[in-house]
Amino acid sequence: MNMRGLPARLASARPWEAQADDEHDHENPVPTAAALGLHVCTHCTAVWRDAEDGDACARCGTRLHTRKPQSLNRTWAFLIAACIMYIPANLLPVMITRTLFGAQYDTILSGVIYFWVSGAWGLAAIVFIASFLVPLFKLAVLLLLVVLAQRRSNWRRRERAKLYHIIEIIGRWSMLDVFVVSLLTGLVQIQGFAVITAGVGIAAFGAVVVLTMLASLSFDPRLTWDGPVPQADTDERHIESREEKIA
Amino acid sequence: MKEVPDTVVCSGCDAVYARTPLAPRDVAECPRCGTELDRHPGAQQRRILPLTVASLIMFAIANLFPIVEIELQGLRSQTTLAGAVVVLSAEGMSPVALLVLATTILFPLLQLCILAYLLVPLARAHRPWGFAVLVRMMQSLRPWGMIEVFLLGVLVAIVKLSSMATVVPGPALWAFVALTVTLTAVLSFNPGAFWEMTFRKADEEDAAAPEVRA
Repeated sequence: MNMRGLPARLASARPWEAQADDEHDHENPVPTAAALGLHVCTHCTAVWRDAEDGDACARCGTRLHTRKPQSLNRTWAFLIAACIMYIPANLLPVMITRTLFGAQYDTILSGVIYFWVSGAWGLAAIVFIASFLVPLFKLAVLLLLVVLAQRRSNWRRRERAKLYHIIEIIGRWSMLDVFVVSLLTGLVQIQGFAVITAGVGIAAFGAVVVLTMLASLSFDPRLTWDGPVPQADTDERHIESREEKIA
Repeated sequence: MKEVPDTVVCSGCDAVYARTPLAPRDVAECPRCGTELDRHPGAQQRRILPLTVASLIMFAIANLFPIVEIELQGLRSQTTLAGAVVVLSAEGMSPVALLVLATTILFPLLQLCILAYLLVPLARAHRPWGFAVLVRMMQSLRPWGMIEVFLLGVLVAIVKLSSMATVVPGPALWAFVALTVTLTAVLSFNPGAFWEMTFRKADEEDAAAPEVRA
């Protein structure tokens, strides 16, 4: 099969060439699968030409799409839901300890303070990072990525790609508190002396973790690179962006 | 619909590259966005089945024995992972119980079983029934297995309890440590490579066939 029209860019190209590409993006755009009319299977990475959106990959049967369908809408939906759940997750108690001396209600942050006061600073730092900073960072980054992708912004695309990689890796670690509370609930069931029960906050917290993971999975990182000019010429956005330029 | 051979498309930014042969331990990264394009499979293909079997054994130990035991004024209490899930659901926190069950028991077990089921027949270059569905399932389950996060959770819980009661680590804790190590090695295997493995084998057979006849 001949490779007509396909550029032979080497996978081992040097990083500094990439920066040159970024600067001269408008004169010499990087060949993308979308621009060349190719479809790539997101599951088995087979590359197809003359395929329609929605066709099944001939190798593994996955539906082919140039971009993840409804990516921005889905990401927004999960993201807004996660932001709403973030409030009860931090305000409601995640763990209730009932001992002979009374009941103690712990939220995520009061657990961190407990570790800090009792001298376990390393542990306080781990829990603070995994349970408080990571979800907050994830929400902020996703918000930034979605807003910029929606505006088709060209601003710091390489850094945005890096941020997406980071949240994909660290997102799962915020499940830490859910596991701690589950284990303590299962373990400390000494009736009459000490009983630990899970609070409603942990359900909200688990929901935040799952929703942010779903949001980052439904976000298509390729949208970051699609550039300021819409690809569909008949699109209304095209006219809008022209009007913006004039204004 | 025609396949374009020897082409890699970056999953992070859609850039198109020609596939170049990689040397062992080489990782090809997209120069534009930094996403990993391709990785030399190395000797992983041979190691992956023994590691899967080892992980399954560790998984059994980790789930059958208690993780930790606490002693408080002569009273003892211990729990397994499944025990914690049962207590959670009995308390009316079934969504959380379900989440813990799925991410620490169901999904990792499913991943290991699918991997073993796919790898055993593949040693004889044979594709088992349901190959396409199962490889896709492996790919989708990848972000949702959280054994290593759970292990960190156990350690945090132990420190939290140590001020309140005497904590004795159970055999399952060590199994979880071993499982985390083997599972990390097993799951670093990209399920997409299954397609390359079987396709290359089929190609080699096609190429070998005329020679045999001649």
